[in-house]
Amino acid sequence: MNELREIVVLVLILIGALLCLTAAIGLLRFRDVPTRLHAATKPQVLGMILICIAIAIALESWAVTAFLVPVVIIQFATAPLSAHMVGRQAYRNGTIDERSLVVDELADDKRTPPAAGG
Amino acid sequence: MMVLLAAIYVAFGAAALLSVWRIIIGPSILDRAVASDVLLTLVICALGAEMALNHHTRTLPLLLIVAAVGVFGSISIARFVARRDGADR
Repeated sequence: MNELREIVVLVLILIGALLCLTAAIGLLRFRDVPTRLHAATKPQVLGMILICIAIAIALESWAVTAFLVPVVIIQFATAPLSAHMVGRQAYRNGTIDERSLVVDELADDKRTPPAAGG
Repeated sequence: MMVLLAAIYVAFGAAALLSVWRIIIGPSILDRAVASDVLLTLVICALGAEMALNHHTRTLPLLLIVAAVGVFGSISIARFVARRDGADR
């Protein structure tokens, strides 16, 4: 039983590590900021959850599990924030590949000041 | 067991090296912000993995703090990065 638990923990950590690796490969392979953001968000939520589950299984303690829940919730709340800010600034900066966009819904909003949202 | 451990070490190390490479060569500052975000997530994951493998809880508060304040780095970069005004209008 103990051996099985160690294997499960190792496999969960390995999947999380591989997600981190795919994010890093995606950072190098993709062309512009929004596609790189797409690659970067995988380990930020899924890899993090897998590692936290591994910690909870390995340590077998409700106190540790209760400590890990706010970590995951905070990560859930803050990862879209930074991705939104970086993606919007990339659009306004013109550092995206405009030919790759299928729909450009922000084309009219480009002339509004940055503090006006959108 | 040892094979899985070696695979975990190699995956974390290669991911860190590739993100640092993107930080070095990144064409714009936003690319570097995204890459440093990935590097920070990698630090969180590596700390958690070390904690699960060695069965201790000493770095648990660090995990919470890094997850909470790590977002401000890329938000402030995105907020105050210079806009390339007039170049594409």
